[in-house]
Amino acid sequence: MPDTHALVSDFLNKLKKRKIEGSKAAAKLTAELLRTVISQQRLPNTNQAAALIHAIKAIGEQLTAANPVELAVGNIVRRVLHIIREEDLSLTTASIGGLNLQALSDDEDNVDRDDQPVLSAAAVAAAARSTLRPPALQTLIEDVSHSAAIHHSSSSAGDSEEKTKSTDKNSRSRKLKHNVIETVNELIEDIATCHESIAEQAVEHIHHNEVILTLGSSGTVIEFLCAAKEKKRSFRVFVAEGAPRYQGHTLAKELVARGLQTTVITDSAVFAMISRVNMVIVGAHAVMANGGVIAPVGLNMVALAAQRHAVPFVVLAGIHKLCPLYPHNPEVLLNELKSPSELLDFGEFSDCMDFGTGTGSPLLQVVNPAFDYVPPKLVSLFITDTGGHNPSYMYRLIADYYSANDLVLQQRPTS
Amino acid sequence: MVAKKDAKQEVAVTAEDLAPVPIKAILLADSFTTKFRPITLECPKVLLPLVNTPMIDYTLAWLESADIEEVFVFCCSHSKQIISYLNSSNWLNQPHFSVKTIESHNCISAGDALRLIYERNVITGDFILVSGDTVSNMSLTQALHEHKERRRKDNFAVMTMVVKQSKPSQVTRQTRLGTDELFMAIDSTTKQLYYYEDKADEFKGSLTLDKSFLAENPSICLHNDVQDCYIDICSPEVLSLFTDNFDYQHLRRHFVKGLLLDDIMGYKIFTHEIRSDYAARVDNFRSYDSISKDIIQRWTYPLVPDVLLSMSTERNGIYRASEVSQSRSAEIGPFTCIGKGSSVGDNTIISNSIIGDGCKIGSDVSIDGCYIWRNVTIEDGCKLKHSILCDGVVVKSGAVLEPGAVLSYNVVVGKDLVVPCYSIVSLLPQPVKQDSDEELEYADNDNNNSIIPTINTVENGDLSNNWVSSEIGEGSRGFVWSVSEVDHEEEWRHSVAPIPASKIIELTQAAYEDLETVLQDDPLLPLPDEKESGSESDDDGRDESVYFEKEVEATFLRAVHENIKEDHIILEVNSLRLSYNMALENCASALFYSMMKLALDTPHSSAAELVKNTNNIVTRWGKLLKPYLQGIDDEIEVIMKFEEICMESGKEYAPLFVRILQLLYDSDIIQEEAVLNWAKEKEDADESDKVFVKQSEKFIQWLNEASEEED
Repeated sequence: MPDTHALVSDFLNKLKKRKIEGSKAAAKLTAELLRTVISQQRLPNTNQAAALIHAIKAIGEQLTAANPVELAVGNIVRRVLHIIREEDLSLTTASIGGLNLQALSDDEDNVDRDDQPVLSAAAVAAAARSTLRPPALQTLIEDVSHSAAIHHSSSSAGDSEEKTKSTDKNSRSRKLKHNVIETVNELIEDIATCHESIAEQAVEHIHHNEVILTLGSSGTVIEFLCAAKEKKRSFRVFVAEGAPRYQGHTLAKELVARGLQTTVITDSAVFAMISRVNMVIVGAHAVMANGGVIAPVGLNMVALAAQRHAVPFVVLAGIHKLCPLYPHNPEVLLNELKSPSELLDFGEFSDCMDFGTGTGSPLLQVVNPAFDYVPPKLVSLFITDTGGHNPSYMYRLIADYYSANDLVLQQRPTS
Repeated sequence: MVAKKDAKQEVAVTAEDLAPVPIKAILLADSFTTKFRPITLECPKVLLPLVNTPMIDYTLAWLESADIEEVFVFCCSHSKQIISYLNSSNWLNQPHFSVKTIESHNCISAGDALRLIYERNVITGDFILVSGDTVSNMSLTQALHEHKERRRKDNFAVMTMVVKQSKPSQVTRQTRLGTDELFMAIDSTTKQLYYYEDKADEFKGSLTLDKSFLAENPSICLHNDVQDCYIDICSPEVLSLFTDNFDYQHLRRHFVKGLLLDDIMGYKIFTHEIRSDYAARVDNFRSYDSISKDIIQRWTYPLVPDVLLSMSTERNGIYRASEVSQSRSAEIGPFTCIGKGSSVGDNTIISNSIIGDGCKIGSDVSIDGCYIWRNVTIEDGCKLKHSILCDGVVVKSGAVLEPGAVLSYNVVVGKDLVVPCYSIVSLLPQPVKQDSDEELEYADNDNNNSIIPTINTVENGDLSNNWVSSEIGEGSRGFVWSVSEVDHEEEWRHSVAPIPASKIIELTQAAYEDLETVLQDDPLLPLPDEKESGSESDDDGRDESVYFEKEVEATFLRAVHENIKEDHIILEVNSLRLSYNMALENCASALFYSMMKLALDTPHSSAAELVKNTNNIVTRWGKLLKPYLQGIDDEIEVIMKFEEICMESGKEYAPLFVRILQLLYDSDIIQEEAVLNWAKEKEDADESDKVFVKQSEKFIQWLNEASEEED
């Protein structure tokens, strides 16, 4: 216990100090931390799931409070809570009515992965809730998208393994914890491979001799573009440098290293260049439930330019970036103001900040927001690791991955 | 010998590579100054809130995020408070960051502290030396790396100072942090520091460097736009150096300057310049103000209020903690931070201010540029401008705080009272005898619950005297501290209040004058409004000639006192003439003026004695005038100058005009022709101008006759 405590506080500290860069890293670390917490959590004999949910919620609250801007952390906490609920449900179902099912699975160890959960899920859905069971939808999606071959096989292997184990143990002791950890492992695996599963869809979207525009830098975008390049597509990339952090420069270097035709432009030249562009492909910080995007600053401008010239605006987002919240107040709640030193050199401007002269109030203010909000109507397509989606479809995906009970992690609602 | 040394170094290198020494830091939780008095009589400086977070938290948070593993917090004054604060916070049980305290009661300077730490023998490798009032977000990795690299090559590179570019104000000649203007000479390639002068104010923009110093170091860069961040990366030798030189007290004034001057040991100091990172030290109230505003403006990111205190950020730099109750009609202006549980009444206007936790602010209050700490009560209708209000202060209704006021803990300001500019009010009486030694830090006041100041600072014994003093008005509590004469002049410098406009005008003028003299020194620089002295604008020329006269006079007086040879004086005056761009006759009249002034200043009882004095001086120093009196015009100039003296500064001469004129004639300084021409020139002048001509009518007549006779 003290061990997990130390781990949690360490992670909290890192979040607070803004030491974790990027939502993918944050998501991965959160999932790993929660896995450790779950495995070390002592559970009472009765109502294990509730105890586990309570413990995770308590930690989740702290984590989201430590860096409210990093939405991926909250997303993962909610995912894990959802996993616990689901596993609990399937276990209870199995123990209540699933004797015949159990016999079936006992007989045949290598049950078809898809069938069994669907069966049990259907039973549960009928019995317990009216909401659709996620595994069913997930299979649906996976069928629709022609992608995720590796992901599919790997997860299915894990799943079937887990299922056999779970059914084995079900019959003896209800090892909720074990199941949850297995599923969290899958989640971690998903996060780790999200780039690849998104990149696999690249060939479908990028065609020969096209011009792609992107802004700033995103790991997902690099992978996506390179995947298309590897498939012998020849195309040109315009990179808007992405002031004030100029990550576009690093992206350009990376792309050139991989042999892509690259053009670097300033952010302000986006509108001038957009008429030559066939498609805008960008990364995101978070995707909200309404299909709006929290993205690096400057992207709203790009999206507007794209809309003006009817250029498709495609957002790449790993599934951990899917946030079940609505952006009611994006400027205040979901943005972060960074240091002005990214814009100005302090030394050059220090005489403008001499408060001894004049009225004593600062005349110079530098605002350096990290994110933009791109409304859903400007987004043409989301590409997640489960395939391409329309912005209006996001709420469905979210209902799939999160349970409504977990949307509010805080005990007291945020103002 | 060399080989041996190399071998030794190599061993050290390999050892270092194998087991990276955990970087330690020494945090001096005591500034060893009295700049924050009287507040620091009751609370240590490092615990004073800076945007609602104690200063030491900023320093520790930065050290932690810079991957320092062990910090020794050196506590001296109020050590108990600091230790109990650290215990109550969770700094002491961080997993990868250990904070240890070192307590001492008899250290009076940073030097003492470092000697004590050396004795404890806790530091073995390189360490970071900071004081507990440092706010920074810099990454130390690069600086540490540079330091280590240098050490590897050169064992004498004992210290790396962190500096940041920051321009001093044009007007006040000080940085925005209220510290004196700093001059540094840095080698532009090796970054070695050669010269450090932080008392540059006294030189009024000029400073002297040894010529040999320039000859030895051909590639130095002289900076006045750097700010010393007071973050030093030191090698363990620094501690032993302090121990060897037991008179080192101040880190900069003694240690750094000492090392730079002392070339016997050959120790070197280097600098590391940070660009985008922030680092500054709260040195006085002015820097407290500037740094608070920098924090509000997020230069210190991620050490900003919304991260440290989980406040919510709004537009225009407004930070609001939870549970703030604010009236609808209240107006919270830009760059304001309001702490947890505070309440703001109707029609209150707050701007550019920081308000701590649990403050109660009434209705119709206006607060601008104030620093209000915890649990302060401000009643209805008060007006506060640029003040500091410590914990528990009560400002009764209708009171007005004028800019620069500092109210220490629990002071009560009575109803409708006006607290004048720069007042300092404390519940503790002011120490009767101010210690003359500036180095002495604030009182070692551990019994913080009592209001009895310690013996070494306060001649107390006046306890019977109720400290509910009426000094500051009805219903008020607190003693008004008076500032000593010297500080009085400087109080605007180190206050949170902006510098008053009148002062700025005064300073701007002074600055321009200085600027002009500086510019004239360098003929390569074109003057923005270069004018022939006196030709276009009499004022400018006059100003310059006044300065020139003063300089000449000073030179002359020095010459008289030190009995310098005439040749040398002439040389000096010539150089002055060149630097001020003056004509020859100006030199003559200036020198003449100096002589006359000297004669006048020499004690005398009667007019006759004055003439005698003048005679002595003219005969002794008259030769000085010779090189400058090359024509009749120059001589006329001298006579006119003398006239001026008689009219203005030396009225005593007025009745003696003729006698002295004759004296000058006798000692061959003035020729008769000059006198005659002068008289001729004056013929057309006003009656008032002719006073002296009339007085000397006889003399002139005599001269006329004499010349005619000669003819």
